[in-house]
Amino acid sequence: MSVKTVAITGNEAASYAFKQINPDVVAAYPITPQTELVQNFSEFVADGVVNTDLITVESEHSAMSACVGAAAAGGRVMTATSANGLALMFEILFIAASSKLPIVMPVVNRALSGPINIHCDHSDTMAARDAGWIQIYSENAQEAYDNIIQAVRIAEDMKVRLPVMVMFDGFIISHGIERVDLLDDVVVRNFIGEYQPNYPLLDVEKPLTFGPLDLHDYYFEHKRQQAEDIKNSKPIILEVAKEFKEISNREYGLFESYHLEDAETAIVVLSSAAGTAKAVVDELRDKGKKVGLLKPRVFRPFPYMEIAQALSHLKAIAILDRSVSFGGFGGPLFTEFRSAMVEFGKIPENINIIFGLGGRDINEQDIRGVYEQLDEIVKSGKVKERVQYLGVRE
Amino acid sequence: MSAVRKKGWREIPKGGLILEAGSAEQYDTGSWRSQRPVRDEQKCTHCMICWIYCPDSSILVEDGKMIGFDYKHCKGCGICAAECPTKAIEMRDENEFREKEGV
Ligand code: SF4
Ligand code: SF4
Repeated sequence: MSVKTVAITGNEAASYAFKQINPDVVAAYPITPQTELVQNFSEFVADGVVNTDLITVESEHSAMSACVGAAAAGGRVMTATSANGLALMFEILFIAASSKLPIVMPVVNRALSGPINIHCDHSDTMAARDAGWIQIYSENAQEAYDNIIQAVRIAEDMKVRLPVMVMFDGFIISHGIERVDLLDDVVVRNFIGEYQPNYPLLDVEKPLTFGPLDLHDYYFEHKRQQAEDIKNSKPIILEVAKEFKEISNREYGLFESYHLEDAETAIVVLSSAAGTAKAVVDELRDKGKKVGLLKPRVFRPFPYMEIAQALSHLKAIAILDRSVSFGGFGGPLFTEFRSAMVEFGKIPENINIIFGLGGRDINEQDIRGVYEQLDEIVKSGKVKERVQYLGVRE
Repeated sequence: MSAVRKKGWREIPKGGLILEAGSAEQYDTGSWRSQRPVRDEQKCTHCMICWIYCPDSSILVEDGKMIGFDYKHCKGCGICAAECPTKAIEMRDENEFREKEGV
């Protein structure tokens, strides 16, 4: 297993994955904090290191439209975006998923306007959670790189054939330099294999129609198929992770458990904040406290039974959301988790903490405070406030 | 409307794809019609203007002559009647025929 260890940003790691995947078509539009990713990749294109047709379009709506066209034509297609860019793609996201086009798209998480903000939260991809895309969240640059490579295999699996978003946190990960282990080009190429399009439009021998009018007589049946296909991607995601471990020695599942098995209280949090929370878990464990962490990786399809089971033995949990579902009962993670726990039948006491909107830092002190609050809930058996906002000025 | 059994979600191609070309022919758009074009053979000069204008390829032609309409697909838009230079086509109320044809 030959590995190259480098110090690079999350965006650089992602663009390196693009280079090794060498897609047929990338259609993209720049948006902070994704800009560097495609900019780096455009250098690989200019240097002739990849054979990709890089289409520099005039908007993200066009970027995703061009991706849909290229994928329907039979190409291996990728793009990347953030926040408002993802919002501008919204209409076409649904068309990509419903047409079963295996496009892979890193989304560098950033707060949606307004007011305008370029820093990290998850309001962008949470708003797109029902578009029919598989959604995989990454904690750091290494995971972003690994997840993008795995995403190609997941998306293109004949049993799945769905587009995949791979998330990592804007600036915190996209612009922070980290140690990343890169695989060999040949290893990545063999892992992803040759792309076999199902129904390429360019096959003139077999003419077919993409995107026809589909009214009350068949639209519902097509949506039912989509619901089934994304559900069935779960075992494929795990199979791909298993094979990926063989080439990388790195382990991936539907979520990551950190000191969860014998924990009494735990935090559930996505992406980079999980890294900070792990440091706090280590510190509290040294003091003999039974604390743990669950970091969701695959949010769509949502592995509700597995997650509810992993949490079922806990006395209290805090579910941290880096986005708001305005007018809803808590953030999107919270509502999914509560519903999963009800289905499983064991419901640890729980609170929802909305944090980090627009890039507001969450530090170790904040996370220590959450574990202290969970302790109090266990002691008193009472939850004072179910949905809370952490780090906002009163 | 046809009484064809509609397929379940497990039986149809995925992604909303239609895997055969020209399948629109199977769709009975003639059922949308509220007015029916009827031609007066005496007035028709077989100029083919109606054939050019019909948006649904519903003008039937044989050996260079206009021979009638494909009522399975004619939507009754009346364009042929409006364009016919000899006013050979008249748009008639569909109900007249429905009663006669017992539809
Ligand atoms: S446009 Fe009128 S005259 Fe010409 S072919 Fe049609 S029906 Fe006949
Ligand atoms: S009424 Fe319209 S659809 Fe019917 S034959 Fe005339 S032009 Fe064609």
